[in-house]
Order: sequence, then structure tokens, then C-alpha cells
Amino acid sequence: MIRFDNVCKRYPGGHEALNNVSFHLPRGEMAYLTGHSGAGKSTLLKLIALIERPSRGNLVLDGVNLSNVSNSKVPYIRRNIGIIFQNHHLLYDRTVFDNVALPLIIAGYQHKEIGKRVRASLDQVGLLNKEKSAPITLSGGEQQRVGIARAIVHKPGLLLADEPTGNLDPELSKEIMELFARFNDVGVTVLIASHDLDLIKQMGSPVISLSQGQLSHNDLEAATHG
Amino acid sequence: MARADSNQIAKSSPFKAWATNHLRTLIASLGNMTRQPASSFMTIAVIAIALALPAGLFVLLNNASNISIGWDNSAQISVFLKADVTERQADNLMAKLRLYDEIDQVSLINKDQALKEFKKISGFGNAIEALGGNPLPHVLTIQPVVDANRPDKIRHLIKQLNQHKQIELAQLDLQWVKRLFAMLEIAQRSIWVIASLLGIAVLLVVGNTIRLDIQNHREEIEVTKLIGGTDAFIRRPFLYMGLWYGIGGGVFAWFLTMLSISLIDNAVEHLASLYNSGFQLRGLSFSEAMSMIGLSCFLGLSGSWIAVGRHLSEIEPS
Repeated sequence: MIRFDNVCKRYPGGHEALNNVSFHLPRGEMAYLTGHSGAGKSTLLKLIALIERPSRGNLVLDGVNLSNVSNSKVPYIRRNIGIIFQNHHLLYDRTVFDNVALPLIIAGYQHKEIGKRVRASLDQVGLLNKEKSAPITLSGGEQQRVGIARAIVHKPGLLLADEPTGNLDPELSKEIMELFARFNDVGVTVLIASHDLDLIKQMGSPVISLSQGQLSHNDLEAATHG
Repeated sequence: MARADSNQIAKSSPFKAWATNHLRTLIASLGNMTRQPASSFMTIAVIAIALALPAGLFVLLNNASNISIGWDNSAQISVFLKADVTERQADNLMAKLRLYDEIDQVSLINKDQALKEFKKISGFGNAIEALGGNPLPHVLTIQPVVDANRPDKIRHLIKQLNQHKQIELAQLDLQWVKRLFAMLEIAQRSIWVIASLLGIAVLLVVGNTIRLDIQNHREEIEVTKLIGGTDAFIRRPFLYMGLWYGIGGGVFAWFLTMLSISLIDNAVEHLASLYNSGFQLRGLSFSEAMSMIGLSCFLGLSGSWIAVGRHLSEIEPS
């Protein structure tokens, strides 16, 4: 699903965020990405979501080499990725329902279909009774779950999460991680960036560690060249 | 991929999805405007005033041209005969002139008849009687054959008439019509200049409003880009908003123009009645109003297009 091949990312100004990173995350697999802040976790996720482009090396997502994808193709690639952010990135001027419906509206679903899917998605994160609420009235954990509902509502093949439990207490964090594991059980490929090492140990999925932009630990098979 | 395939089935056909999206955005952008009624109304009012001003001037100019449009063809030569020419001589002269090729019609204004009418209309009856004799000469009015290709023909005719020994003065009552037309031409050009400048103003007003709107929706644009919204999808609500501003401004401008005309209509009617004229002020025709609304839509759309082109690409998720 995701294959990094000697990927380097150098930001303007010379800072090298990723240096020769290679790994392969197979389809249907779930993995954690760990490392200190500044180790390059966010950069790695941004490269997959095409928010940034690699400076060198190849990055293949679902058979598509992201290094030479034209800008006009970017939205269509992103539609197969569900992204969850630490700070939720919810739109506070609309209801929970409208927030979750956004990916379906973009994809042009019919009205009836949208209602069905949004409710199914909210049901999965346990917020079915909150569809008419404003996100601002929800707790941090609930807002995060709205973000997750939005990321899965269009049934993407890949879920990316950047510190999804960053602001939550341990119990809520565990719930969220278990939610991701459930999505993985039904075939979604999941990659979660987190520095919560204790929690990751409990979950028991493969771990990739970054240290100063380089891969320092890899439970996954190494990327095969060519 | 099986997962994506099952999505495709649930999704509607591309055209239907496209149409759904457009309709949804069209209505949503209208909803967005009604959520901030005061600022939306002010934008629309600015557009409307900027359009109503040249439209109103255009209406006035149109009416002025309408009044004068008949005069160009009815060029009339007034021939003042010498004071000592008798009515009989005048009749003879008239008969002679009728034979001219260049002359269509000749009629005589008898000096006694003219004096009687003048006394009646002017109210200077007593003063004129005090003069003793009749100071007015006989006058012939000549309707020349108008040949657009030979404007010098009439001038030649006037020259000929002026050389006649019984004629004091022959003159063409056309000079002032020419001057009026020249003035109308200037007015027309001025209106075009004003309209162009105000059109640019509308473009800038809409552009600036949309720019502010884009900045207010920065977060939403970033999120939409992150979850796979195409540039076209993100652009659409802003373009539709520009279109709505255009429609609103155009319709309101129509209303303002009609209102302004109805406000001065009474005064014009009064003036026309003083000239014994049934003249009525003509407002914007339906097709003119539609052209104005169409132009307004075009300006609104173009203004938002410029703003969107300049500012939307600046917003990228990071």
C-alpha cells in the first residue's frame, strides 16, 4: 500500500526532515510511527498525503508513484486517504453531521446516501446522538471522534493519523486506538504517528521509529528495490 | 480495489454528481449570503448604484435622442420675403418655386394671418397695435427633397434663394439640430466612459468582497483540500457567490433606475404639457434591463474569478 524507497525530504533553508527512509506497509496492515518530536513523523505523513513532495527517492502509494503526480490529480489520490489530525481540523460553523458529510459532498453523493453513510459512520465512533450538535459543544475526545468519523465516512483504503491521542487522557486514548484497530480488522490500512510508547506497546502492532529523519527501528519488511 | 469499487456503485453517475454538486453549491452560496444579510446587502447596493447611474443617464440620453430623431429629416428652409412683397407676388413666387426639383413642398405664411395669431398667443396685442402697420413679412416654408448623399444640394438651393430679388433671407433651420446631435454624441461618449469606470468599480467591489470571503473560509478551504476537494469544487461556491452578487446588483439597479425615472417623470410630463407635447419619458425596456442584469452577472462572475484566481492558490494545507 505504502512503499518508501530512499526518500529524502529537505525543506527550503536546508533542514533535512527525512533522510533515506525506506519501508513497505502492505495493504490491510496497521503500523505505528514513533519518534521524538522533530524526528520527521509529521513530514512522513505529509509526504503520503501529498501535502509535501519528496526531494529525492520514490514514494509509491497504491501503485502510484507520488513523486510525479500532477497537482490536478492530488485531490483524487487524497480521496482514498482518511486523515485524522491532532487538532481535529473540524469546521466550527456547521454541525457534526455537516462536518462528517463533507467528503461525501466532495465526491458528489446523493442526499439520501449521504444521510445513511454519515449516520453509519457516527454510529461507529459512538456519536450517533450528536449529529445535530455544534462541534464546539463537544469534549476533546468527542471532537476527535468526529474527526475520525469524517475520515472513514467515504471508506478510504488508507487511514493516516497524526498524534490522534495527543490531547486525550490515557483511557480515551486507548479507546481511540482500539477504534483504529477495529477499522484495520475490516481491511483498512492504518498508519498512526504517535509518541505514546506505552500505549503502542499495549496495542501490539508493528512499529516504525524515526530518529533525526532516519529510520531507527522497523518491524515491517524492508522495502525491496526496483 | 474492492473497497473503492463498492464506493463507485453507491456513487451516482458523474453527470448527476456534477449537477448535484452545482445545484447544492448554488443554493448553499445563496444561503451563505443570507446569513450575513447586512454586508451582502451593502455589496449589492454598491453594485446597484454603480450600475443604475450610467443606466439612468442612458435612459435620459435615449429620450433626448428620441425627441430629436424626427428633426433631422424635417430640415426646413424658412424664406423671409422682402417687406414690400405683396400677397399676390408671394403666391406667384410660391408657384415658381414648386417647379424646382430640389423642392418638395412650399407653403405660405401670410403676414396678416401670422400677425393675428401672434397677437392671440403672445398677449402683446396692444403693444403691436401701437406699432401701426404690420412689421411681419410674408414667409415661405420650404420642405426640400432630402438627399442624404448630397447634403450640399440644400446649401446650393439656399444660396440660389438668397439671390432672388424678392427674398430678404432664406435660412436652413438645421444648424441647431446639428449642434444638438453633436452634444448628444458627447453625452453618449461621456456615459460610456462613466459606465466603463463604474464597471471596473463593480469588478473591484466584487473581487474584494470575495477576497475577504476567501480569507474568512481559510480553514474550510484547507480542510476541503485535505480531504480531496478539487480546485474546481473549492472555487465553485465563491464563483456562485459572485454570480449572486451580480444578479442581486443588476435587479436592484433595475429597480433603482425605474424608481429614479418615476421620480422625475411627473416633472417631465409637466414640462411636456407646457410645450403642448404628449411626450412621455421612456424607461428601460425589458431587453435593456435584461442586458443590464446580464452585464451585472458577468461583472460579478469576473470579479470573483479574478479574486479566486489570485487568492485561492495561496491557501494550501500545511
